[in-house]
Amino acid sequence: MIASLRLRAAVVSIVLLAVFLGAWHLATRSTGTAANMSPEYAKLMGMTATQGKSAMPGPLDVGAKLWEHLRRPFYDNGPNDKGLGIQLAFSLGRVMLGYLIAVAIAIPLGFLIGMSPLMSKALDPFIQILKPISPLAWMPLALYTIKDSSLSAIFVIFICSVWPMLINTAFGVASVRKEWINVARTLEVGNFRRAFTVILPAAAPTILTGMRISIGIAWLVIVAAEMLVGGTGIGYFVWNEWNNLSITNVIIAILLIGLVGMVLDQILARVSRLVTFPE
Amino acid sequence: MTSDKFISIEGIAKRYDGARSTTIFENLWLAMARGEFVCVIGHSGCGKTTVLNILAGLDVPSEGAVIVDGQAIEGPSLDRAVIFQSHALLPWRTVLGNVAYAVSSKWRKWDRAKVKAHALKYIELVGLGGSEHKRPSELSGGMKQRVGIARALSITPKIMLMDEPFSALDALTRGTLQDEVRRICVETGQTVFMITHDVDEAIYLADKIVLMTNGPGAVLAEIVENPLPKDRLRGDLHRHPLYYALRNHIIDFLVSRSKTFTAETPEHDPRKVAVVKIGRTEPIIVASKPAESDAPQALAR
Repeated sequence: MIASLRLRAAVVSIVLLAVFLGAWHLATRSTGTAANMSPEYAKLMGMTATQGKSAMPGPLDVGAKLWEHLRRPFYDNGPNDKGLGIQLAFSLGRVMLGYLIAVAIAIPLGFLIGMSPLMSKALDPFIQILKPISPLAWMPLALYTIKDSSLSAIFVIFICSVWPMLINTAFGVASVRKEWINVARTLEVGNFRRAFTVILPAAAPTILTGMRISIGIAWLVIVAAEMLVGGTGIGYFVWNEWNNLSITNVIIAILLIGLVGMVLDQILARVSRLVTFPE
Repeated sequence: MTSDKFISIEGIAKRYDGARSTTIFENLWLAMARGEFVCVIGHSGCGKTTVLNILAGLDVPSEGAVIVDGQAIEGPSLDRAVIFQSHALLPWRTVLGNVAYAVSSKWRKWDRAKVKAHALKYIELVGLGGSEHKRPSELSGGMKQRVGIARALSITPKIMLMDEPFSALDALTRGTLQDEVRRICVETGQTVFMITHDVDEAIYLADKIVLMTNGPGAVLAEIVENPLPKDRLRGDLHRHPLYYALRNHIIDFLVSRSKTFTAETPEHDPRKVAVVKIGRTEPIIVASKPAESDAPQALAR
């Protein structure tokens, strides 16, 4: 019955998509030529007034534009006209850099906090205050101190992805089963080897959960950060196309942001499955 | 059998400081000879596990010391293997991985092949040959505890410490594992300190059964020498003329005397715990001389 459940779910998904696209198409289609309009006035007004066409693009317009983008993802016609592939690559590059710096700091620091009740108590107030700050609130401070908009965006990604990883690593390390630690102790395993052979594998599923939350937040924040910073990236693209009043491009960008976010999440879900152990 | 004090627990105490500090036990003395199988029986909360953890080096006594083979215990050691009640296998490692982890911890310089061969030998010994690539989650409770036993044996410890190793198992599996442990310990002459709740388990396995009173303030009340022959068989236990006397004596203790012992026996000297030799009619209680721990074997036949 499992295969048939999947099949039925797929059918329902496709039907829902078709209904949505159909409704969208019907809502935005032309309602026929407006009568009694002087040709000159019609020229001024455009299709919206003359053919009853909605200003909102329909699914067919979006599809056609998407195809155009997919055929030429990497073109570069100057600062305001780059292919979607290039914009996505810029965003992904910033996310990866900020995220990797966060991993490099959060996991060792989380280990320290998790292993030492003293550090855990001492750092707790700082973490509690810093964690709920919206990453974009850091932006002016980052721009003022770093003085480089691109680096500021990376800093914002770093600061927003560091907390879930830090907290999950500390929690995972602190809650490693006492009996596993005791096994290592009775085998006279040194601290360093114990950290890598017992604590890390035991805490890995929790750490990966934190990393997965972080990548999701980082991808959410990059769009907003790039809208502020400008220049390149998918966030900038969305804002630029809004200024161009190209709703079609905005919709395409929204779709792509969702797809890339899903892929990032799935990659970490895969890794997470590798380190999870059944008990 | 030698009469040396291979393990000597010397006046240990464990206290927990709090608003009202509680003494789990104090002034606890016990000597064990090499190759002896000692079971400790007592009710929950009397501090049996704390004594075992102190022997393992996982816990530190508030007072006193434990001397093993002429050296005071300072922390855990590869000389003393622990079999945990909850088996404590590392779930992300296979059976082989769990045993090999212990082997490579003991012999750091061994190469991979040597570690594997050594680990496999002990996996075979506990009857798990062919399952070495399974993960703990794929094993039954009894098989998991076998891995725990293989892991403890693989480092060829001087002493094995077992904390109710079979209590989480069903009766059938428990019996089989008791047979295995008995066979291995008799073959290798292993010194064992074991904690149990199970009177029959203690009678089947132990050379000496230590009775512990209820805590807090628990004391070692008596050391009961097992009168059954060393080569006893599970099926013949109850035919031995002294079996019921022994069993009744232990059960009497657990049911009533464990509560009243301290009040009824004010002259109890924790340094000279009475050694009980089960006779055909009434158990005879004789005060032991301080260093006497070799008498039981002579009497057991």
